[in-house]
Amino acid sequence: MVELRLPKNSRVTEGITWEKPSDAENVQEVRIYRYNPEDSENPRLDTFFVDLDKCGPMILDALIKIKNEIDPTLTFRRSCREGICGSCSMNIGGVNTLACLKGMKEFKGPINIYPLPHLPVIKDLVPDLNQFYKQHASIKPWLETSTDEPNEEWLQSEADRKQLDGLYECVMCACCSTSCPSYWWNGDKYLGPAALLHAYRWIIDSRDQDRKARLDDLNDSFKLYRCHTIMNCAKACPKGLNPAKAIAEIKKLQLQNS
Amino acid sequence: MDNRPLSPHLTVYKPQITSVLSIFHRITGAGLSVGTVLVVLWLASVAAGENAFNNFNNFLDNPLILLILLASLWALWYHFCTGLRHLYWDMGYGYNLRSVAISGWVAVAGSFLLTLLTILFLVS
Repeated sequence: MVELRLPKNSRVTEGITWEKPSDAENVQEVRIYRYNPEDSENPRLDTFFVDLDKCGPMILDALIKIKNEIDPTLTFRRSCREGICGSCSMNIGGVNTLACLKGMKEFKGPINIYPLPHLPVIKDLVPDLNQFYKQHASIKPWLETSTDEPNEEWLQSEADRKQLDGLYECVMCACCSTSCPSYWWNGDKYLGPAALLHAYRWIIDSRDQDRKARLDDLNDSFKLYRCHTIMNCAKACPKGLNPAKAIAEIKKLQLQNS
Repeated sequence: MDNRPLSPHLTVYKPQITSVLSIFHRITGAGLSVGTVLVVLWLASVAAGENAFNNFNNFLDNPLILLILLASLWALWYHFCTGLRHLYWDMGYGYNLRSVAISGWVAVAGSFLLTLLTILFLVS
């Protein structure tokens, strides 16, 4: 359902402005969404000032610096700091991306940082991704086979393996799905770009033997066809993948399948 | 648990050429179905005789209605152009981000150009 306004408990209030570093010349203002489940307050937007001369170049560096030096309660997910784990996905300067891959120099003026859009917030920049993971599991992200197991492994030609390029690189950061207005309004029934990209990855895998069932399962006005080719997904993907294209290919395969 | 706030979405997401053109495709589509009512009423007035037709023409001849007709004209061409874009996509083409941006701006420019040409055609 389209709901333009946030529910009452979710409206963001003005937060704390933390002290500026006194001796810094090169200061970046960063405004960060804060929510603490242990008090009954609404979420708020805190303002921090980061000394760029004593900080790494990426947004993630700033977040870590703030957590280390200003407010240790600031909560966010991070791990690999090089765009491989997909943990530090968030909405930075109005666009979903990975904090570790986004340079602070790309922004002029204050940088606003929010959790991924339209998700329940657990704390600060950590949203609840359970539904997202369940949708991924629902497309059976594994090889489905009915013939006898080969002695060694399921073989694939180089050309067939190439078909998976641009699909297998997905790190499940959820930037695409949570940039999609259609997923905002129908995220409970529409699978969203990430899960559908994975679905396509298994549909076209030459070793998979369950293509028809996979396509039949997706042939649903909500699961697949809530994609209206808006294409915020491809625009947001920090790995440069194109979920919109993958979804279009599934739609084309549906025509051959019926 | 149940009291978890919903993270901000529409209000914080920076307008993207992708989503903005998409929502306008919808708005113009919905708007046109309203605009069509005017056209049907106009045709109905023709069927109802000379008096009704003259009355309806007088009603149309005011700046606000003309503005609505002008907006409908643009909406028609915009919906036409972005509609062609959708057909192209549905065939599986034009998905890389560069193509998306180019076809988007072409559709916007095309909608204004076609509106202008239609007006020139109507007044000449």
